[in-house]
Amino acid sequence: MKQYDAIVIGGGHNGLVTAAYLARAGKSVLVLERQPRVGGAAVTEEIFPGFKFTMFSYVVSLLRPEIIRDLDLPRHGLHILPLESTVTPMENGDYLVAWGDHDETRRELYRHSPRDAEAYDEYGRLMHFMAQAVKPIIGMVPPDPTSFAPGDLAGLLKLGKHFRGLGGERLHALVKLMTMSSADFLDEWFETDVLKATKSASGIIGTFLGPRSPGTAYVLLHHYMGELDGVFRAWGFAKGGTGAVSESIASAARSFGAEIRCDAGVSKVLVRNGRATGVVLENGDELRAKTVVSSLDPRRTFLQLLESSDLPSDFVQDIKRFKFRGSSGKVNLALDSLPSFTCMPGVGRQHRGAFSISPSLDYVERAYDDAKYGEFSRRPYMDIVFPSMIDPAMAPPGKHVMSIFVQYAPYKLNGGWTDAKREAFGDAVVNTVESFAPGFKSKILHRQVITPLDIEKITGLSEGNIFAGELALHQLFFLRPAPGWAKFATPVHGFYQAGSGTHPGGGIMGASGRLAAMRILKDGA
Amino acid sequence: MSLRTTPFHPRTGPLSEGQAWRRWAGYVVASSYELSHEREYHAIRNSAALFDVSPLYKYLVTGKDAARLLDHVVTRNVAKARVGQVLYTPWCDNEGKQIDDGTISVLGDQTYRMTSADPTLRWLHLNASGLDVKIQDVSESTAALSLQGPCSREILQLAAERDLASLKYFRLTSAKIRGIPVTISRTGYTGDLGYEVWVDAAQAVPLWDALAETGAPYGITPAGMLALDVARIEAGLLLIEVDYFSSRHALIESQKSSPLELGLGWTIATDKERYNGQAALDAERKRGPAWQFTGLTVDWDSLEQLYADVGLPPRLPSQAWRTSVPIYDRGGRKQLGYATSGGWSPLLKRYMALAHLGSEHAKPGTEVRMEVTVEHRRRQAKAHVTALPFFNPERKRA
Repeated sequence: MKQYDAIVIGGGHNGLVTAAYLARAGKSVLVLERQPRVGGAAVTEEIFPGFKFTMFSYVVSLLRPEIIRDLDLPRHGLHILPLESTVTPMENGDYLVAWGDHDETRRELYRHSPRDAEAYDEYGRLMHFMAQAVKPIIGMVPPDPTSFAPGDLAGLLKLGKHFRGLGGERLHALVKLMTMSSADFLDEWFETDVLKATKSASGIIGTFLGPRSPGTAYVLLHHYMGELDGVFRAWGFAKGGTGAVSESIASAARSFGAEIRCDAGVSKVLVRNGRATGVVLENGDELRAKTVVSSLDPRRTFLQLLESSDLPSDFVQDIKRFKFRGSSGKVNLALDSLPSFTCMPGVGRQHRGAFSISPSLDYVERAYDDAKYGEFSRRPYMDIVFPSMIDPAMAPPGKHVMSIFVQYAPYKLNGGWTDAKREAFGDAVVNTVESFAPGFKSKILHRQVITPLDIEKITGLSEGNIFAGELALHQLFFLRPAPGWAKFATPVHGFYQAGSGTHPGGGIMGASGRLAAMRILKDGA
Repeated sequence: MSLRTTPFHPRTGPLSEGQAWRRWAGYVVASSYELSHEREYHAIRNSAALFDVSPLYKYLVTGKDAARLLDHVVTRNVAKARVGQVLYTPWCDNEGKQIDDGTISVLGDQTYRMTSADPTLRWLHLNASGLDVKIQDVSESTAALSLQGPCSREILQLAAERDLASLKYFRLTSAKIRGIPVTISRTGYTGDLGYEVWVDAAQAVPLWDALAETGAPYGITPAGMLALDVARIEAGLLLIEVDYFSSRHALIESQKSSPLELGLGWTIATDKERYNGQAALDAERKRGPAWQFTGLTVDWDSLEQLYADVGLPPRLPSQAWRTSVPIYDRGGRKQLGYATSGGWSPLLKRYMALAHLGSEHAKPGTEVRMEVTVEHRRRQAKAHVTALPFFNPERKRA
């Protein structure tokens, strides 16, 4: 029987990144993916003939530039296109826009508040420093603050030096970002409600928190770290949708010699004498490897693929405590033509950017209120893009696809999710858009509604959490996914974790997968 | 306006958001239509970009000896080319130093259209003595659009109401777009799937309208020279007056280059009779050119470190630069050559440059240092010699 150097469980972007780096280092690598195609939650599918949907994740920003370069992804088809603007329609018929051009944006903001227009530059500068401050953290294996191992001490020392180097003002800002709610943090800077609302929205994505919940300011920063071409806070759209990102990483992995098998779900990791020796597939086949890597979320990695007897019981407890609480849904639409929004009538360059349905802080907080008590938001927060306006190949000429990210849709819905509830959720989404863009509903040719339960069923992400575990402060850095086990190794020798449930986690970033591969190679696997 | 506008100006003029124009052969053409050229660049690689390339000099060469004249002037073999073929070619002075580069389209038996960056009428006449040939300057009467990008074929097929799949790379065909007679050549300056459409200047505006309307559902995007400049560097295509100097404009001998030194050895025919510069080129080929024109990829980590040293994130040239930049050996002391164009490739996520290096240092993979200015100080970033082109998609020839 062939023995691989490494088997990677899960062909999502992180699993593929790990596989590519391991293969690039000369290892024999096999990736096992349960679905018929690679990508996990980064897939593009032609759900309606001629219309390609970015099923789950839909924009790219956090993908680490070093991965793009190391794996030469553009040669494997990756092309990231700019997503320039964000329009926030307001309930009084006005709007707020952030355009690609800085001066234009400032003039627009001036219309709402001359004070905020000036504060905007200062705020942007601070957030730039903050993103720069946390950038080295993203690229490092989290040191364990309770350990005296030389590696940990060196890491902590480096971190200490780094933070001291920030200076008082920036360190204070960083602490605020780590502890405050995004609403409170933004209150310190701005007076325009719609500006705070639309900015705070990036603080709630993927969490079960509202803009006024502490901890959301960090998530805001997490989304600020997206870096394209050396510029922070740059968002893009991958040509061909996020599935093309996965395909390009898969192609790179194959070019380095990795083998990728789809329709090959793994049921168990084989463990002998505390050491991983291979995997058992759902069809009963056994495969052997010196190293086994799981890119699944922590719950499935430890509670499903292993026997609890393989693990220390306190660790099992920690993993059981790890919070998922999926809170987002997705509505994908095939459109006959583009909708015209009341606040900015007609069809134009605004459709090449995002529309943020976050007209006020109260609106977003109320959307959370519904979810807090087990209902989906009747008027949800939405992030809307028209992928076909950026990549015309996403829909037949002249037709369009519309991707709507929706929050909140709690995984644990009162009475549970049913087909009827899913459609009711879809109706709430579509009706809310209609209220900002009358006539929009008549343009819909096909509708796909995805609940957190659907996300879990299709991608496997526990409770449908898009970050493979909430991006909450108590679940970050050396606590992700559990104290003492944040360095990609696990209590089982030769068994590693590489998914978004590990540091730094979240978004199509690939950093977890890369750091895991580095760790595995360092361990001499 | 003292400089001329092109026949497409009634359409391109109002499109210009920032009134950013660039001079080209006595005309003005758009630098970029939008405030930033970013989206125009991506259109080249993602959908379709529409360029006004009318300022090119164009000559119609006809008559019994047309091929003989052209064969005497340029380095490619014109007589061998068939009707419907397009040749990219340089031409040289008698010392084998490059004067210019352009294309020759074989429009029919004894009918050729030559394009050039510099005026070439006098040079053609000088070479035509005793030949039965007619040379017409059609620069002003012929307008041209370049449609480049993955959707360009679909758009043109719809506009011309015919299949273009059989039109191969560097071939041309005549067609009608909304009744307007045009020549469509599968050529361009982007290294992508793309076409150039040649039309009587009087019909320029309706042609623009036809392409703009047909292309709208495909994301057709009018694009300017800034976007083109990034794409042509990715494609490894050189630019006169930037990457090399015409031997007729050079003030000193060292400013001149031969096609062999510019990576154009493949354009020098070995199967034709005497042409300008032949003896010199033969001799140079035998002894090997002193210089090579090649790509450089600036090492990211090295560049990032130079900026980190002063506490800054890397600043990337999003607009291509066109200045001469010294290239040193890995020790950083000995100068090996100079780069003449460079910029950040938004597609490849690489900092690329085009450089002239002494032949012994031009092997792909060779590590060198490129001068960069970081916070007012001259520093050196690590770079590697990279074979051209940087980007070469299958669709270009498919």
